[in-house]
Amino acid sequence: MSECAKISVRGLRKSFGTKIVLDGVDLDIAPRTAMVVIGGSGSGKSVLLKCILGLIPPDDGQILIDGEDVLTAPTSRARALRDQIGMLFQNGALFDSESVWENVSFGLLARGLIQRSRARARAVEVLAQVGLGETVADLFPNELSGGMQKRVALARAIAAEPAIMLFDEPTTGLDPIMGAVIDGLIVDCVKRLGSTSIAITHDMASAGRIGDRIAMLFDGRIVWEGNAAEVRASGNPLVDQFINGRREGPIKMALRR
Amino acid sequence: MIRLLDPVAALGRVTLNLVSFLGELGLFTASAIVGLLRPPFYLRNFSRAFAEIGFFSLPVVAMTAIFTGMVLALQTYTGFSRFAAQSAIPSVVVLSLTRELGPVLAGLMVAGRVGSAMAAEIGTMRVTDQIDALSTLATDPIRYLVAPRLLAGVIALPLLVLVADILGVAGGFLVATSRFGFSAADYLHNTQQYLHTADVTSGLIKSAVFGFTIALMGCFFGYRSRGGAQGVGSATTSAVVAASILILALDYLLTQAFFTA
Repeated sequence: MSECAKISVRGLRKSFGTKIVLDGVDLDIAPRTAMVVIGGSGSGKSVLLKCILGLIPPDDGQILIDGEDVLTAPTSRARALRDQIGMLFQNGALFDSESVWENVSFGLLARGLIQRSRARARAVEVLAQVGLGETVADLFPNELSGGMQKRVALARAIAAEPAIMLFDEPTTGLDPIMGAVIDGLIVDCVKRLGSTSIAITHDMASAGRIGDRIAMLFDGRIVWEGNAAEVRASGNPLVDQFINGRREGPIKMALRR
Repeated sequence: MIRLLDPVAALGRVTLNLVSFLGELGLFTASAIVGLLRPPFYLRNFSRAFAEIGFFSLPVVAMTAIFTGMVLALQTYTGFSRFAAQSAIPSVVVLSLTRELGPVLAGLMVAGRVGSAMAAEIGTMRVTDQIDALSTLATDPIRYLVAPRLLAGVIALPLLVLVADILGVAGGFLVATSRFGFSAADYLHNTQQYLHTADVTSGLIKSAVFGFTIALMGCFFGYRSRGGAQGVGSATTSAVVAASILILALDYLLTQAFFTA
């Protein structure tokens, strides 16, 4: 599958001191597929995303984008491969000192894809795609509600029309209705742009809405992967316990160790 | 036997941590200096940092300089009058201020005001993933956040110190003429007579070094902060303490280099 995969993760390992977080993660994501990685808190989901983004160097393994290993590619080539990625951070990570339109057009300006004189108008167009009007363009992030901040962060992530999109806990901190709205926007954006996406979450409702496929990360490895529609009939006791939120089962919480 | 070796292990840990810290600081500084020399240059960020250091620190530095000049004149009169050497007040005030007190006190005040703010701002950006977000938006965080602040520190602090020197001398002038019967013309003549260009330039060079140090410490400790609000708080404290101590230590080394070489 890795020959035709947009993103392939091969034998990825990462430890912090004596704590092994990723212990040989293997994952293939076909082009235009929405993959959701589920797993408990502290299971290494965020570390996996940060390794793909190049924010954390893994100890071992390969990360292939379009068949090229970004970990061994020359710096400029690795940067070009990663420039295809748009990222939605868990809490938005909007720049406090920049207005909404400056946040949205930040990546376009940094990559020289647009003139500053055109940036505000382009940002307003992108904001419209996530359901926000021009009135918010000149506000600052601290003047927005949590849901609006998430929308602006999504607008920033899609502004450069990335071929790959990563979503870190996209519905965290939102009420169920706003969570569903954000999920709907994510699905719309990913489909419209034809992007390949990876979302990490422990919100199963969200996973069901945005994922074509679901993989479960446990003890630093992918323990199950399949179509989103099959997750409730996976037959995997780890997946069953997780999606049903049962206290008893093979997953032992850290408190018990 | 194992317990006997505990102090050795602790010493080893401290040494390794120190070496690791210095290595991290060295790499950070080198990256920031490279960022100063290669495009893209972030002029907007430079302007913001310059205004923060140079303009908004002006009131606190000005007050410090005026009162320091006034106290210096009072103390010099009290001490020197025992030897009938009151006429030395203008020269003592101007030399103390331009060579030492102007750069050091302005540096310490700016370290408290701006160094802490830089550490808090960058630290908050770190713990809220804003620095990671910069990387994902094709922007080098060190070039974007650190390099403009370093340049602003190097340029703004000497300008502040120049103002501090003038206001400090004015403070001394005010006390000497109003309380000790100096004539304005004599005071200014004495000040001018004993002041050389090297006295002012040495102070300005010191302040440029201090400006770099303050910005570097603020950015470095902010950049490596971890663990939420508590981490940002401790980064802020560390930045101010480190910058203050380094200012005093560098002042000694630079004074030795300028005046005893």
